[in-house]
Amino acid sequence: MHNILTIARKEFRDGFRNRWTLAITAIFAALALGIAYFGAVTSGRVGFTSFGATLASLTTLGSFVIPLISLLIAYDTIVGEDDGGTLQLLLAYPLSRAELAAGKFLGHSAVLATAIVAGFGIAVVAYEVMMPEVRTLAAWTAIGTFIFSASLLGASFVGLACLISVLAREKARAAGLALLVWFALVVLFDLVLLAVLVISRGNDIERAIFPYLLMLNPIDVFRLINLVGLGNGAGNAVFLAMAAGHVYQIGVLYGALAAWTLAPFALALRAFQTREI
Amino acid sequence: MLNVIEIADVSKRYGRAVVLDHVSASVCRGEIVGLLGHNGAGKTTVIKLALGLIRPSTGEIRVLGALPDGRDGRRLRRKIGYLPENVAFYGNLTGREVIAYLARLRNVAEAEGLALLERMGLHDAIDKGLRTYSKGMRQRLGLAQALLGSPELFFLDEPTTGLDPIATQQFFELVRGLREAGKTIVISSHLLAELEAHLDRAIILKEGRLVAQGTPAAMKKAAGMPVTICARLPGKPNGLLGEPWLADLPTAPRLKERGMLELAVPASRKMDVLRHLMNLPTLADVTVKEPSLARLYATIGKTGGTEGDGSDA
Repeated sequence: MHNILTIARKEFRDGFRNRWTLAITAIFAALALGIAYFGAVTSGRVGFTSFGATLASLTTLGSFVIPLISLLIAYDTIVGEDDGGTLQLLLAYPLSRAELAAGKFLGHSAVLATAIVAGFGIAVVAYEVMMPEVRTLAAWTAIGTFIFSASLLGASFVGLACLISVLAREKARAAGLALLVWFALVVLFDLVLLAVLVISRGNDIERAIFPYLLMLNPIDVFRLINLVGLGNGAGNAVFLAMAAGHVYQIGVLYGALAAWTLAPFALALRAFQTREI
Repeated sequence: MLNVIEIADVSKRYGRAVVLDHVSASVCRGEIVGLLGHNGAGKTTVIKLALGLIRPSTGEIRVLGALPDGRDGRRLRRKIGYLPENVAFYGNLTGREVIAYLARLRNVAEAEGLALLERMGLHDAIDKGLRTYSKGMRQRLGLAQALLGSPELFFLDEPTTGLDPIATQQFFELVRGLREAGKTIVISSHLLAELEAHLDRAIILKEGRLVAQGTPAAMKKAAGMPVTICARLPGKPNGLLGEPWLADLPTAPRLKERGMLELAVPASRKMDVLRHLMNLPTLADVTVKEPSLARLYATIGKTGGTEGDGSDA
């Protein structure tokens, strides 16, 4: 554990030193504030609007931006050390490969969680200041759920980035692979599901399968956690149509997101054990 | 003496490429051993195998009695100091931060790391970013980190790269000090002339095959390498060429400018030839050059050698 924490601490400090944490926080805060303020501009209004619509917009924003940033900060976790020549040195230390990977995973996840809490937190505080009527326990619970699930989503993509980083032999290839994974999970996956839904006009089999297919994508699990409670009214009709009215247990959704956090990292560990340096 | 490293019939292949081909060698405790060979001879592969960074395709390597890629690998690496070829560190950190980080990974006090930086002459650069370090400074930092935790066994891959002559001399003094303290040092290098005076034994690799191992003296003897004797004989040394003690030398004497006679003499005839030269009234000067490790390496390189050539182990 000592080695894991030593490495995690270094990665976390590097995040601040390289201004990654600050930059990501600023990006999250700017985008979240922008969406909260200008989110209703299509309906002819500017300014902070309903809580549900704002949370739905933040969820949609998070589902695009958090995976991308997670992959960007962690795609070179292992291959970057290898390219830079430091991996050989580190692995010659009394340190297991699992400890090295776990330390890096924890460190990157902590950087991301800090940026999510700070970045989205700034937007939430601004929203709450401007909209005193939504200072309710339900709203704070929803915000807490959003920030916690967003951090878990970030960690799951850090795990995926670790896997990419172990499998790729070059940094450039890892970067390309990371973008491909982002495109497949953020854009392609839902498009394919929607296309199938539209073409088949939602028969019974699909209605039975689709709610579970959504679990195969951590981004959809994140959206389900945050959007199911809001209902169709917050502009989520298209996404929720894929859930076909299925009633999800929140514990199952968190379990799925936790599995998405641990499974890619476990695969990364396995691949790292056999990687030749 | 106990064997610290035992390499038993080890091969390493990457696909069809064979980088080590049935190599067997050993290193005893308290020795300074040179791992010698051209680029691509397999030196770094041997070190990586010994550190457990890669696994042998066939055969077995044991370091301090343990399998480096086995369960004991982590405990074993606590006893090993390693300086990689082209050592790299984190450019965004200072010398102090790097040594503190690496000291923590070795469970060693940061103060020990800082003391090693001072010992390596990096006192003034401790708080400077590594981006500002010269190659020699990075190499000295690399040596400092290899000494963290006072390991029993050292693998130093091209350790004098980037060091100036004074730092190189200090490095070899350090290595001798380590040996006197009972440590074992394996140095991989292609700078044979620089290394020769400091080695107890050498392991010579060529294209992944072991071509020789043993003490430099034993290897030279086994390779039948001649000693070069240069005698200055003002006047006309041509007359000497018919002397029976010169005529039966395997290589014909060479007459050079200003009465210099160069003789390639088998080691077994050295004293005999020297006695004859000393009896010559015209002899003005004489020098004896023992065959160098570089020459031995070149000879073995040409002949290809055979496994275990020159071994006195």
